[in-house]
Amino acid sequence: MTTLRPRRAVLALGWVFVAFVLAWHPALAAPGGAADTCFMCHAEKDAKGSAGNAINVDRDAFAHSVHGQAQLPCTACHQDVDPQKLPHGAKLKPVNCASCHAQQVKEYSGTVHGKARKGGNAVAANCTDCHGKHDIRHASDPASRTNHANLEATCGKCHGNDAIVQKAHLPGGNIVSQFHDSIHGRALKTAAQSAAPTCTNCHGAHTIRAKDDPDSSTSRARIPETCGTCHKDVKAAFSNSQHGKLRHEGNLAAPGCNDCHSAHRIQQHDAPQFVTGVVEQCGNCHQEYLTTYRDTYHGQVTSLGFAKMATCASCHGSHEILPASNPASKVSAQNRLQTCQQCHAGASANFAKYDPHANRHDRARNPVYFYTASFMDALLIGVFGFFGLHTVFWFWRSLVERRSAARARKDAQRKGS
Amino acid sequence: MDTAVVVPVNAVEPRASAPAAQRYYRRFAASERVMHAFLMLSFVGCALTGLPLIFSHQAWATVLATLLGGFRGAALIHRVCALVMLTVFITHVSLVVRRAIVTGNWKAMLWGPDSLVPQPQDAIDLWNNVKWFVGRGPKPTFDRWTYWEKFDYWAVFWGMAIIGGSGLLLWFPLFFSKFMPGFMFNVASLVHGEEALLAVGFIFTFHFFNGHLRPEKFPMDTVVFTGRIPEHELQNERGAEYRRYAQSGELSGKLAPAPTRESLIFGWFVGGAALTLGVIAIVLIIYSVLF
Repeated sequence: MTTLRPRRAVLALGWVFVAFVLAWHPALAAPGGAADTCFMCHAEKDAKGSAGNAINVDRDAFAHSVHGQAQLPCTACHQDVDPQKLPHGAKLKPVNCASCHAQQVKEYSGTVHGKARKGGNAVAANCTDCHGKHDIRHASDPASRTNHANLEATCGKCHGNDAIVQKAHLPGGNIVSQFHDSIHGRALKTAAQSAAPTCTNCHGAHTIRAKDDPDSSTSRARIPETCGTCHKDVKAAFSNSQHGKLRHEGNLAAPGCNDCHSAHRIQQHDAPQFVTGVVEQCGNCHQEYLTTYRDTYHGQVTSLGFAKMATCASCHGSHEILPASNPASKVSAQNRLQTCQQCHAGASANFAKYDPHANRHDRARNPVYFYTASFMDALLIGVFGFFGLHTVFWFWRSLVERRSAARARKDAQRKGS
Repeated sequence: MDTAVVVPVNAVEPRASAPAAQRYYRRFAASERVMHAFLMLSFVGCALTGLPLIFSHQAWATVLATLLGGFRGAALIHRVCALVMLTVFITHVSLVVRRAIVTGNWKAMLWGPDSLVPQPQDAIDLWNNVKWFVGRGPKPTFDRWTYWEKFDYWAVFWGMAIIGGSGLLLWFPLFFSKFMPGFMFNVASLVHGEEALLAVGFIFTFHFFNGHLRPEKFPMDTVVFTGRIPEHELQNERGAEYRRYAQSGELSGKLAPAPTRESLIFGWFVGGAALTLGVIAIVLIIYSVLF
């Protein structure tokens, strides 16, 4: 018969107890042994520091974080904590992500957020605002704040929050809500999610710069290139267009993608609001052509908000616009009839002599039109002028007569009574 | 106030019980009233569906066009009304031609007090009316057609030809472009809109005022719906016509029973609706021109 020596039995019981405690206490049982010491204090949900501040760290979240998975000790980030001297001081130094992620932090310092921080803006996004703290996950993890599917919400914490947008004067207003209903935002909610762009596809992540920064991927000069990363065909067509040509020559007043499509509200090319709204965008530069277009049936119907009617793009094209003098243009003498025939099947060469931009003030462009307009002006002014006066005088005289008739009646009554 | 009535009318009694003040004379034939009704309805229809285009930059225009079924719906209503108006136009011209042939009375249709052709008397009437406006003369009295009624008639006649013609051009551009260069559609489009604005502006202000809204007639004159003019109006406003009939002995032949309740209700309802829509349209036009 074997007998346990009392000393060994106590020791064994002690180990069983330790094992039991380890197994039973969730905070202590989680992986990441190196963190054990810290979690002795930081595991409790309602753990409080000496100043009464909450000091809880979600151990499970940390365990699943990219840093927890790598078995990093807490001191990897909290470098001013000496595990030998616990409890540590009440105030720890801010974590320096650059100690490992030097490249990213360096990039960040040049971004609009980094510059704002440096300039004393305490609310501009820094590492933790986008990545989180103890729960940082790799961007490929669907639960990550920086996962493709979640970026809209992450950026939206500030750029989709009206109160913050207003207080911090964030450019463009509530751009995340604008983006949410855009064609890109809607595509993000479909099966084609991974192909649809989210904030960082255009703005970059650690390279987000203000649009007036020439290095920004969304600067006026670089927008076509940025959009062109996905829209390759459009970029090629645009590049050959008159607008693209002007831009190549350095004229950045020529429109880029966002001038017609907007930045965050981008709609499908056949959405009625876009079709009718983009006409006004063309008019920002081509004012005279917008005015004369609005004088035509085409322009009137689209002005009323109905999109199934010729707009600028119907005749001139969209990305490939060329001046009429260029034989390849949709409105060149060679191609004009074919362009009319897109809608007016069976149109003849005679038909195509219609002037979609007839100008009633331009005698040289179309004298018949000019003189007809002058005649109509004279007719309207003459008729309204003559009958306007006629009516005013008549009305006045009628009132005078009625008043004197009423007075006469009253006098007669008085005499009669 | 017209003291120039020379022929006593008491001799003729349309209804034994009716006092003289309620006597009526026939002014418009049934066919004329029916055509006016169709003309009026189609005109209001064309106006309401066309105005949104002319004022397409206004918010109300979008609302109105949407209410009328979008630009396709409005375009359909516009064309249906245009066809009705065209029918009225053709019917009227045929009836006029027929009357000229059948009665052989084309001379009286072209000249004289029953004619709608402007003549020297109209200039005299205008002059007398203006004198009355400025308090330099008595209120003039007129014959069967006043100068402003003639203007109304010819404005509509010219308007229907111009607007109708240009409208047909715009309706069938492929066909008409066989005969004319494309820029004629620019001209047609301009003329159609401007002439329509003139017509709408004229009918919904001056015609309404002259015919209905002026203090003597306010709120409306139902003669064009009932076809009958009260005796006192014929004597006061169309004294020359009244005297003419009295002298020629035609007067008794033109006596008509009082308008029926139904025709009055029809007149008030249809005429009132057209007046209301027209005044709304004018308010919108003035608002759009000013702001």
